[in-house]
Amino acid sequence: MSTDAVPMSQWPSEQRYVIPVAPGPELVTLTIDGKQVQARRGELLIKVAQEHGTYIPRFCWHERMKPVGMCRMCLVEVEGMRGMQISCATPIADGMVVNTQSDNVKATQDGVLEFLLINHPLDCPVCDRGGECPLQDQTLAFGPGESRFVEEKRHFAKPIPISDLVLLDRERCIQCGRCTRFAAEIAGDPLIDFGERGASTQVITYPDEPFTSYFSGNTVQICPVGALTASSYRFRARPWDLQTVETSCQTCAVGCRGALQSTSNRIVRLLGVDSEPVNQGWLCDKGRYGYEWVHSDERVRAPMVRKNGELVEVSWPEALDVAADGLRAALDAKGPSSIAILGGARGTNEDAYVWARLAKGVLGTDNVDAQLADGLPAEVVLGLPGATIADLDTARAVVLVAPDLREELPILHLRVRRAAVDLGVPVIEIAPRASGLTRDVTAVLRHAPGEAGAMAEQFARALAGDGTASGSGSIEKAVSALDGRDGDIVVVLGRQSLAESSESVVQAAAALAALPDVKFLSALRRGNVRGAIDLGLTPGFLPGRVTLDTAREHYVDAWGSVPARPGLDAAGVLTAAAAGSIDTVVLLGADPEEDFPDRIRMRAGLDAVGFTIAIGAFAADASAGADVFLPTTVWGEKVGSMTNLEGRVMRQARLVTPEGLTMDDWRIAQELAARLGTDFGFDTVEDVQNEIARVAPAHAGVDAELILRARDGAVLPIADFPDEITFQQVLGVTTGRSWEPIKPGVAADESHLASLGTGVVESSGTGSDTTIKPGLVSADAPEDAAASDAAVESAADLLAARPPLHRWDRAATAPAPAPPDAYSLRLVAARTLYDAGRIVSSSPSLAALATGFALVVHPSDLGRIGVSAEGDDVRVTSARGTITVPVLADAATAPGTAFMPFAQRGPVGPNDLIDITAPVTELRVETTR
Amino acid sequence: MVEETRIITKFLQERPDDSWTIDAALGNGAYDGLRKALGMTPADIVAEVTTSGLRGRGGAGFGTGQKWSFLPKEVFPRYLAVNGDEGEPSTFKDHMLVERDPHQLIEGIVITSYAIQCHHAFIYLRGEFALGAERLGQALAEAYERGFVGTNILDSGFDLEIVLHRGAGCYIAGDETGLLSSLEGERAMPRIKPPFPAVQGVYAAPTIVNNVETMSTVPHIINRGGEWYASMGINRSTGTRIFSVSGNVERPGNYEVELGMTFRELIYDLAGGIKGGKGLGFFIPGGASSPWLIEEHLDAPLDMDSVQSELKTMLGSGAIMVYDDTVDPLLVAWRIAKFFAHESCGKCTPCREGAGWLEKVLYRMAHGYGRPEDLDLILGFGNNLAPGLSWPPGMTTICQLGPSTMSPAVSLRNYWYDEIKERMTRDAEARGEIPVRAGTEPAAGIAVEAAV
Repeated sequence: MSTDAVPMSQWPSEQRYVIPVAPGPELVTLTIDGKQVQARRGELLIKVAQEHGTYIPRFCWHERMKPVGMCRMCLVEVEGMRGMQISCATPIADGMVVNTQSDNVKATQDGVLEFLLINHPLDCPVCDRGGECPLQDQTLAFGPGESRFVEEKRHFAKPIPISDLVLLDRERCIQCGRCTRFAAEIAGDPLIDFGERGASTQVITYPDEPFTSYFSGNTVQICPVGALTASSYRFRARPWDLQTVETSCQTCAVGCRGALQSTSNRIVRLLGVDSEPVNQGWLCDKGRYGYEWVHSDERVRAPMVRKNGELVEVSWPEALDVAADGLRAALDAKGPSSIAILGGARGTNEDAYVWARLAKGVLGTDNVDAQLADGLPAEVVLGLPGATIADLDTARAVVLVAPDLREELPILHLRVRRAAVDLGVPVIEIAPRASGLTRDVTAVLRHAPGEAGAMAEQFARALAGDGTASGSGSIEKAVSALDGRDGDIVVVLGRQSLAESSESVVQAAAALAALPDVKFLSALRRGNVRGAIDLGLTPGFLPGRVTLDTAREHYVDAWGSVPARPGLDAAGVLTAAAAGSIDTVVLLGADPEEDFPDRIRMRAGLDAVGFTIAIGAFAADASAGADVFLPTTVWGEKVGSMTNLEGRVMRQARLVTPEGLTMDDWRIAQELAARLGTDFGFDTVEDVQNEIARVAPAHAGVDAELILRARDGAVLPIADFPDEITFQQVLGVTTGRSWEPIKPGVAADESHLASLGTGVVESSGTGSDTTIKPGLVSADAPEDAAASDAAVESAADLLAARPPLHRWDRAATAPAPAPPDAYSLRLVAARTLYDAGRIVSSSPSLAALATGFALVVHPSDLGRIGVSAEGDDVRVTSARGTITVPVLADAATAPGTAFMPFAQRGPVGPNDLIDITAPVTELRVETTR
Repeated sequence: MVEETRIITKFLQERPDDSWTIDAALGNGAYDGLRKALGMTPADIVAEVTTSGLRGRGGAGFGTGQKWSFLPKEVFPRYLAVNGDEGEPSTFKDHMLVERDPHQLIEGIVITSYAIQCHHAFIYLRGEFALGAERLGQALAEAYERGFVGTNILDSGFDLEIVLHRGAGCYIAGDETGLLSSLEGERAMPRIKPPFPAVQGVYAAPTIVNNVETMSTVPHIINRGGEWYASMGINRSTGTRIFSVSGNVERPGNYEVELGMTFRELIYDLAGGIKGGKGLGFFIPGGASSPWLIEEHLDAPLDMDSVQSELKTMLGSGAIMVYDDTVDPLLVAWRIAKFFAHESCGKCTPCREGAGWLEKVLYRMAHGYGRPEDLDLILGFGNNLAPGLSWPPGMTTICQLGPSTMSPAVSLRNYWYDEIKERMTRDAEARGEIPVRAGTEPAAGIAVEAAV
């Protein structure tokens, strides 16, 4: 009946109009206050103006979030456009003429500030933000200076806690929506929003649900007033008293850049630094508030030696002598292979290197492992083609074969989420259990615990076009999501569960590595685990990603000797200890009691050890029985570098003087080596860094100067990642205002301390000081491309002259053993962000957040078990043993599987059930009635 | 004696007892326009509506056909969102159209959806319209049943789903973009434009937002032609409009009249003049947002453009509130300010804070606690909310609610500036108080220079 010119059948149905997110490459010229500037078409005016020296005041706009145009502070005049325009939502165009200084603009700025202040309590003298407050600063710079408001101000009860870590003062709030938008857009936890209307508008949480986001602390950092305050920082400091260094967080292996701040020699705050390749300004709450353990009363502050069964404080020379004597006795009695060193993933790269040299070059043992059977084999981690975190943004697809990133590597979780939600990158989750990303991913390939390898193989075969691949709907969906997309596939690879051996994940890696254009990010969790593995704290390897066999001669030249044969990993060490062939163990900041997944094996091993040297900050459970305890300095107290999970070496700075009589780990190693007859000759950390650059193949060129000067660090080997290095021409310090993206500076020596609050850029080297308007973020120091290029070039030559870097021979991977027949439930054991580890349990702000211990099953399995209510105790039996735990139900756990959070406080845990050599852990669950 | 020109209200007036039922409506030729439209091309319908000169009846008065033509080419799916939130105080025309002629509305929606090639329309109905929701829901069910909505409408191959969505009760959900946010389940907060809804509206898809009265007019234009519709009215204000006359008049109610009639004819001839034979104090011509008019403006024509350009106000939603000469304008100004302070969504600083401030000052002024400087004070900070203090106002906010807040204060200034100042002085003297702070200057700005 229709005589349509365009037949209805031809009306397209699904062709969504997408506003381009990224500005185009084309440069346009515009005029800002009479000055001609060039910038990319489509960039936001507020950003372009700032980059060219014109600061347009703002409250709601944040560079990392979408514009919302609420505060109206950034209104400017644009010729030819009616009325005033919000510069935060105005893309620039060619020929645009902008006036940010006209009388109209000034009057509007006066007006907006007057409006913002009428209901603001003006309690600046007791406000945490006072002194670094955008509302104060912009009132000074742009405001009317006087109020005409004589009415009663709005009143609210205050402060109210909106989470365990964040308090809200609704009177101070200026309703900019930064926190609510962060929670929804960035964190994906939309648990705060506005309630009420008009002048009563206020940030609220849901009635029964606090703002339990792992990222809540970011809202405090970006709040432009003192409305959101951190319980750990409230009333602790004035911003102008703070000393600041830029450093990397070492809570997990992402290594987020942060500005660490102290007053009176106590760390009081960590702010995220906006490092584009790493964390884009964000921190997780564990990292942000986890500094408190540094000053914990439980730190061991003096060396101790066991005398008459008791650990007693002694002098450093005495303690070192006892330790060295013990090592020498072991060497004399049973040879180098009777000594093992476990741990080292919590120190710096320099600590790891010097300890590796002590172990492999002096003691001659290769029984060294920084991972406690809770990671991946080093040969896989070091031998796979590496991706950077930023590669996630442009990947053809992201494949997750990893633990729940939100729990273990939270900022990596945000980056993957951003790729999936904002950048349209297909994300495929291969996992036995729902994760924090499940709702945002493109396809979920759910599999039984321990069968990741089989699932990855099916996916890889389907992607390669193998018609015989059994194509379930979700695999088809995953494969079709990659259609028509270019670029690399980035696989995030980690241990999904500690209740199974790593073989299945290794098999998955082998299957995926066979695909073309695949790169890997290793989702290893512990702070500097990548640095420790890279620098030889793993059996079979020597520093710089080379195997013992290929680099033997190179290291004999450098060190004098290396072990004859590859040694044992942590599981092997503990098994050998139980069998009596290893009887001297060095615990290098390691706590196998908490971390080793297989308690029976661990206890049998450690109990059989004759001599234990514990090195660390805390007298942990395992090290309590040590014969010697050597207390170390920790993060924030020492200079060095760390390597994050992408292989990026970043500088660690020292902010506070070390507690008590603690000593850097690498110095302890050097002292022990000296007592064993070898002088390493290191005076400073820089000496160690320069030796690493000189000796370790993958670290060619990464010397002390590069570590100091390269903003955002450098990805190893630097010859393969030349674009990741940015040298700046002057040495500066981290600058920026705490509420706006803090631009990374070149980490200067800690003598260059500057307050973030003053907004003053201090430059050393040029002697020039630049004072900037309140609220203005410093322009980055100019880049020194010539220096970066020269460093990369010489590194390439050095790399070529050294032993070849390890490549993983995936063809040699044995297929994962078939899991046994089901009992009733198969266990997934994994960490949650808040566990009973030291960072959480010794940080008062975080300690109460620990997840607690339970067996979690799918709701439908509750009845199968015969449990009437959640919280009832059940008896759980594996081939290894039986424990009694409360049971909870959660749909995130698939039917037929059970989840137990790992490393929660309590007398029992999943490690009582796990045999680390078994492919999976099968459970029988019974009621206790 | 002037008369109404009933087009969209003719049937509902004729059948007061059952005009909302499908049988009655079909007896009146309902859906004939749809039949005719489905025989036309979408482009022809857009052209016909453009020819008619029909302008949005929600308040802004934007050309309906022109709005439809702003949809980006070849971008689908598209949506139609029908604005039935009718939140403007004293406006009650959509209320009547929804309750008493829902099939006319549905027919307009189906025709419009066909014209803009959309398969999914939403009716955002004000939450308080309980009876309207019941009758419209019933009418929709009937229309689905008879094949006027749903798949393969009247065997044309055209499919359309219509979703009736009841609002949760706030003024700003009646703003075009606030409505879209609310429809998506968010707080009803207006969005920054661009992108305009026609480009990126509900669910980020191109969306046309049209008022209930606009939609109800479309079937008549299709039936009788754009030329016919354009032949009525005055200048660029073609056709008829429903005016909701309320306040101190003898016969308050909805009157559908040909545009071009004068305010005097509408208020005095149709609505019966001022109640009780009193004199006219002032009247609000286009809903609470619009600046007020007085006696001398009565002979101005109901013409959207000249009311704006010459009288510096607007016909807005077509709600005319009439006040006799015993009403205290300050009290009215305060009450309207209170409404806006309550309904400000809280998004933009000037409106969120300014509306509340204005209400607090006007409350004092209207209740004997004013200060001589208060009128200048509200005009002073009001100039940062509605720059220029005129109509159409300058904007420092995203939507029109912000500057509209100042309309009562601007009206006070326009007609009673000296009188109010004197009254405030008398009030202050009567209280025996020293004014809080005499001689406050407007906000011109004791700007502290940036610390450079």
